[in-house]
Amino acid sequence: MNTLLIFIAYVVLAPITGGLLTGLDRIITARMQSRIGPPILQPFYDVGKLFSKENLVVRKAQNLFIIFHLLFLILTGALFFCGGDLLLVVFAFALAGVFFILGAYRTSSPYAYIGAERELIQMMAYEPMLIITAIGMYMTAHSFNVFDIMSSGKPLLLQLPGIFIGFLFILPIKMRKSPFDLSMSHHAHQELVKGITTEFSGPTLALLEIAHWFELILILGIILLFFPNNIWLGLLVECAVFFLIVLVDNTFARLRWQTVLKAAWAATYIFGMGNIAILSFLK
Amino acid sequence: MLSEVSFLIVFPALAAVGIYLCPQDALRHWLVKIASAVIGVVSVICAFGVIKDGGLYFPAHTLWADKLIFALEALLSLYLIIQGIKHKRPLVVGLVLFQILTMIFLEFFSGHHIEAQHNLFIDKFSAIMTLIIGIIGTLICIFAIGYMKDFQHHHRDQPDRRPFFFLLLFVFLSAMFGVVFANNLIWLYFFWEVTTACSFLLIGYTRTEEATRNAFRALEVNLLGGLGFVMALYILICSIGTIEMDKLFVISKFAALAPVALLSIAGLTKAAQLPFCDWLLGAMVAPTPVSALLHSSTMVKAGVYLVLRFSSILQGSYMGLVIALIGGVTFLITSLIAITENNAKRVLAYSTIANLGLVILCAGIGTAQAVWAGILLIIFHAVAKGLLFLCVGSVEHRKHSREIEMMEGLITSMPTMATLMLIGMAGMFLAPFGMLISKWAVLKALVDVSPLLAVLVAFGGAANLFFWVKWMGKLLLAINPPTGEEKNVSGEEFFSLGALAVLTVVACALFPCISTYYIEPYLLGHYGLSVSMSSGNMTIMLIMLGLILLFPLISINFDRSTKRVAPYLGGANTDTIGTFKGSLNNSRPYAMQNYMLEEFFAEKKLYPWGLRISCFLLIVMFALLLFK
Amino acid sequence: MSFLKRSPWVIHYDGSSCNGCDIEVLACLTPMYDIERFGIINTGNPKHADIFLITGSINEQSKSVVENIYNQMPEPKVVVAIGTCALSGGIFAECYNIIGGVDKAIPVDVYVPGCAAKPENIISGVVQALAVLEEKHAQRQKKS
Repeated sequence: MNTLLIFIAYVVLAPITGGLLTGLDRIITARMQSRIGPPILQPFYDVGKLFSKENLVVRKAQNLFIIFHLLFLILTGALFFCGGDLLLVVFAFALAGVFFILGAYRTSSPYAYIGAERELIQMMAYEPMLIITAIGMYMTAHSFNVFDIMSSGKPLLLQLPGIFIGFLFILPIKMRKSPFDLSMSHHAHQELVKGITTEFSGPTLALLEIAHWFELILILGIILLFFPNNIWLGLLVECAVFFLIVLVDNTFARLRWQTVLKAAWAATYIFGMGNIAILSFLK
Repeated sequence: MLSEVSFLIVFPALAAVGIYLCPQDALRHWLVKIASAVIGVVSVICAFGVIKDGGLYFPAHTLWADKLIFALEALLSLYLIIQGIKHKRPLVVGLVLFQILTMIFLEFFSGHHIEAQHNLFIDKFSAIMTLIIGIIGTLICIFAIGYMKDFQHHHRDQPDRRPFFFLLLFVFLSAMFGVVFANNLIWLYFFWEVTTACSFLLIGYTRTEEATRNAFRALEVNLLGGLGFVMALYILICSIGTIEMDKLFVISKFAALAPVALLSIAGLTKAAQLPFCDWLLGAMVAPTPVSALLHSSTMVKAGVYLVLRFSSILQGSYMGLVIALIGGVTFLITSLIAITENNAKRVLAYSTIANLGLVILCAGIGTAQAVWAGILLIIFHAVAKGLLFLCVGSVEHRKHSREIEMMEGLITSMPTMATLMLIGMAGMFLAPFGMLISKWAVLKALVDVSPLLAVLVAFGGAANLFFWVKWMGKLLLAINPPTGEEKNVSGEEFFSLGALAVLTVVACALFPCISTYYIEPYLLGHYGLSVSMSSGNMTIMLIMLGLILLFPLISINFDRSTKRVAPYLGGANTDTIGTFKGSLNNSRPYAMQNYMLEEFFAEKKLYPWGLRISCFLLIVMFALLLFK
Repeated sequence: MSFLKRSPWVIHYDGSSCNGCDIEVLACLTPMYDIERFGIINTGNPKHADIFLITGSINEQSKSVVENIYNQMPEPKVVVAIGTCALSGGIFAECYNIIGGVDKAIPVDVYVPGCAAKPENIISGVVQALAVLEEKHAQRQKKS
């Protein structure tokens, strides 16, 4: 019964919170650029408008991939927030991402194709770090189960500083922010045309936007896992991290994908694996 | 039970002879189908019988069996020596001579004559292997009927040696059954060498210079493994005093480690781990059923099967750790190299080596959880990879190319084939299919014992994701109109492919049963404890599987009435898809080609490193052997 | 309730203009005028756009391109022709290669005169386009 309530709360609250955070992101960005920026509810207006637009497709069933992308993203988030296995969450996350990429491939359009290949490189860049994060959690909290980790009450950040840094490093990749926004960009609205989302329009694009909100909430949730001893500290750190990511987004230009891949894997190797090596040495 | 076991070892060989002698094509094909059906049914009966009976050991004492095996061994060695001399391959001659002379020494002059108490056996792990050989193996034989018809058509100028081909396939099945049912390690050695010989003859089937060269390469490396085998037998006969596999688990771990290490080397060569990968990549010149049967689903599984058998002995030892490292490094490096390959069979070959590396990793770690993961990996890899190789074979015959770039738009030109391939690929890496479950279990097994190895798996897994999704995308991309090429694919081919695709999904849905009835009792017997996945997680996996299966069903009629537009090309679209308006109003084609990431992961960069690291690890292994 | 007024996404294309009007359009996006306040985003992709801003007149080469982009936009959509050249061809109307203003290729909803058109007028034109957009949306809803 409890699980059902959490699930419903998640499905309703996550997109709302995600949308508000996205709106906040745009306002902060605008202020950093000496502009006023849109109202905070703008993402919701965008989605509402997109739902009222005509649906156009290039290839049959391309939109079905996006629907399944959203479906599995919701499933992944529900798995996480209802206390599932963290490794399984990482793998389900990958599954959702794969549906998105396959949908872009399906549209058979050059720009979407490049976007899809680059999205794939992004996934390859951050996937090892996510798994290492899960491994690190297991080594310190002795369980992969999210509820177990949260109820352990230990200050995991102190034991996992390297992994936390590594995770922060790949965060811009996951959130599609500069300098790692390879496949599509929120700010550079015209680079690569729209990258991976080029051939999706109307309601499908709205679903993609909502999927991005769910993704955002899930990632912020993972940050919370580093602070089982003090949730309020965790939330504070999350706000700081969010602001930091927006700041970095506005300060840096996009890097070449070769650099992104090298940097992400180097960070994973040095910080992530280093942390694990030290932990296993100390045991 | 004994009757089924001996039937499975003997019947395929007899059927092979019958098939070979049959003069007429149509009749021969019927014989193949009937023999396959019989083998399949008996395998299933065998496997089900084991559920209630548990592990059974059979004396199978027939005086003539030992002598017959020895005689056949000698004949085989003679044949290989002659081949080696004829083609000027001194290494082959040397290795075979060494092996047969050692065997003669052990048999007649060593002063020890050891009688095996139980020559044959069957337990739950063998039962799983039986199902793989009996079902997947025979499906591949049926596929070969249709495939070889086309193959002969394409190679009309060459003599029709198809009877010989099928003879070899069925003799091979016999030998594989022998490998998984043999408790007597001398018998196992014989069956092992027969699989090596079958591989040699099948790779060299087309008799071109390239094929012959690669066949001998495969022979040399596998004989090297055989060398390890005879050295293990030497230690077993002269110093330990037993030739039975089950007895190895009873003696002290320390004493058993040396022969197990040598047997593991044999396993490593057969499973084409670094530094022994070369032969498997070269073996891709063989016709596709050979690649599927020997070099992905079955023969190479014999290698990992052997090492996985001895995991409880390897557990906790340095030797085990080194073997695990070899497997892990192989997994990482071959996964990365696979990203840069455009040749479909090479990608599949590298992927096979990578997944076998994962199984070796599990075997080297040796905990119950690791073995659970390893056995599941064997099952799911056999099904999915077999399916993929066969699909690539059929596609190659239509498209006349093995390049992945040539498979662009397969979903339009050959929709059923593309769907089957997509199922196979999803089965190789995607949640919630079997391989993902296995990978999850591997990670769980590693975090407790050796988290740093888990990092290897994490990076390798990401690499795997890349090249599979890249390939899947290529199939879904569709620029050209449908061509109806699919109707030329034979019924036998589609039957096998369809059956394998169904198996991929069903095996995944049934994995809780496989775990409960086969793997967990096996682990209980060897480790005294049983491991599995929590029922909550199993339910989630099954729900995800159900959701994914909805996809192809919904996609058939999805978007039927939605308005179609052209892709965005800066407004320069022309009326034909695939071209845009260039300068001077010329129609120019556009092409979309995959990222190969060659500057990072090219074979010539990474492979030498792989060789260096694995050779170093092998030297460490030998050092441990000699000094402990 | 229609969200089109609150989140109009723009695609901008240059038919054959001297880029003078284009610069003025881009000036609207700068902090000086900041049209993102109204939720306006300049997307480079017709499939994501509601409002088509065109500058410059139509010639033989750009006619099919403009039609192509217009066809790739999902309904409801409006076209805003910016600058004198887009209205009627401007001083280039008599050129051998110029067919005429934008309405020779696609239906135009709002005309913004000027050479170059001022950002304030462009914004005013876009606001009028929003009203047209709302009308089209209402008509679409009635039909379905």
